Amino acid sequence: MSLENSVGVVAPQRVHFNESMTLKCGALLPGFELVYETYGTLNASRTNAVLVCHALSGGHHVAGVYANDPKNLGWWDNLVGPGKPLDTNRFFVVGVNNLGGCYGSTGPMSVNPETGKRYGADFPMVTVEDWVLAQSRLADHLGVDQWAAVMGGSLGGMQALEWTLQYPERIRHAMVIASAPKLSAQNIAFNEVARQAILSDPEFHGGHYAERGVVPVNGLRLARMVGHITYLSDSQMGEKFGRQLRKGEHQFSYDVDFEIESYLRYQGDKFAGFFDANTYLITTKALDYFDPAFDYDGDLGAALARAKAEFFVASFSTDWRFSPSRSREIVFALMKNRRRVVYAEIDCDAGHDSFLLDDAHYHAVLQAYLENITV
Amino acid sequence: MNISQLSKQERERFDFAVIGNWIPPGERVLDLGCGDGTLLRYLRETKEVTGYGVEIDHDSVLACIRNGVDVIQIDIEDGLSGFEDQSFNHVIISQALQAMHATERILTEMLRVADEAVVSFPNFAYRSNREAIAEGHMPVSEDLPYEWYETPNVRFFTIVDFEALCDKLGIEIRERLAFEETGQPVTDDPNLNGSLAFYRLGRKA
Repeated sequence: MSLENSVGVVAPQRVHFNESMTLKCGALLPGFELVYETYGTLNASRTNAVLVCHALSGGHHVAGVYANDPKNLGWWDNLVGPGKPLDTNRFFVVGVNNLGGCYGSTGPMSVNPETGKRYGADFPMVTVEDWVLAQSRLADHLGVDQWAAVMGGSLGGMQALEWTLQYPERIRHAMVIASAPKLSAQNIAFNEVARQAILSDPEFHGGHYAERGVVPVNGLRLARMVGHITYLSDSQMGEKFGRQLRKGEHQFSYDVDFEIESYLRYQGDKFAGFFDANTYLITTKALDYFDPAFDYDGDLGAALARAKAEFFVASFSTDWRFSPSRSREIVFALMKNRRRVVYAEIDCDAGHDSFLLDDAHYHAVLQAYLENITV
Repeated sequence: MNISQLSKQERERFDFAVIGNWIPPGERVLDLGCGDGTLLRYLRETKEVTGYGVEIDHDSVLACIRNGVDVIQIDIEDGLSGFEDQSFNHVIISQALQAMHATERILTEMLRVADEAVVSFPNFAYRSNREAIAEGHMPVSEDLPYEWYETPNVRFFTIVDFEALCDKLGIEIRERLAFEETGQPVTDDPNLNGSLAFYRLGRKA
């Protein structure tokens, strides 16, 4: 990584909101905290703020590194920085850990003020709509009346889309990448497998594992493994691992034979080491429930009628988790409403995870769009 | 005006002006095979049109975005099913129809999504093209600027052929303009003297 186009050392910030918040599920959250990071400077007219929304496992650490953890690079560092496509010389960029998250914002690992114990399974289910509401409070706190853009990939793209519906006046551009207007049955099926892996782990203890000082490691591990398969393309997996054997010959055992097994186990172990199982459950449910057309008899065009933002929509040719046709649904619904929209279908071998990579054409397209945003 | 002496950009402007004359200000326009988006940009700047360009080529899509054009990267060969009936005033296909396979479907779809279509294409029966064939070669000209082994064009047709297809598809020819390679408008025997043809098309009543 070259230092001259890095945001460098960053530090997370924390804000507490005293005002309670009624969630979509009906539960009342008596105040909450969000952790966030900012890069670049908010201009005097406060017109250059860009919110970057995270997907399932991401958080507020979008770019740069921490002084005490110089290897912990932000998850979209290749995109955000001075001279990078999301140029921090022009934009004031905000990353936030969503409500229900496990990186410091109020979530299942937080202490419930009513009981003095960790929420665990008692943390209410939050939705994409709730996240956007919470993010709007952060915008208020930062003095941002209107985002120049809200952007994200996958579940992050759903939040960008939701912003245009919930606060049409507060967002000028929505950048919805590798996303979908709602999950398909297959998407929900994969989430359900992941949830069942966690829920059936003996160490889950009905979601109150933290009180017992344990972690449903096996469940989290399996959840991540199955998820990871869906983030990659068949061709890329074949290219990267093929049928390569770990020890050069068949072992006739259930230990690692093939390199792909080793890779998945490694990814699963790594994830289970830092991610919270309840957050995983909540987040997959938020994904499943997201469906702006639900109240419009499934008519996405009608659902998007109130959006005012200009849209950038992008998909990746090998993404089968959120395939290009899912992005086209959003694009056609926007065109039906005569909204301004750019749609790019990018050739990239890396499946759903492509949105995190620094593919040259992908970044050129993002840069071109972002450069045309007036601030 | 002698077109062959014009730069690529001036030549482009000539084509744009011909098309622009048929587009009333403030219309909603769809440009199929929009390339780098300069036609839409021109129409936006001179006619304040709104609408989209459709393009499949990655570099062209990037160029459109740089041009501030709302480009939709989809393959027109798959049809225009995502576009609603009569959602545009004009749909344009400027020197791109000859590079597409689904000719009939595209023409029919164009007049489903818009009230009128504007089509321009190189006339294969133009005199110098006929001469090249008579000499035993595939033509290379201002309006057919590719060698046979590198051309993106897949359909080679003439003014007469195109009008016969319009008739078959129930498409009304509302206006036709043809130009010599030099840019001179052609009135006499356009199928022989016209290098480039422009049409304004509608559905037959």
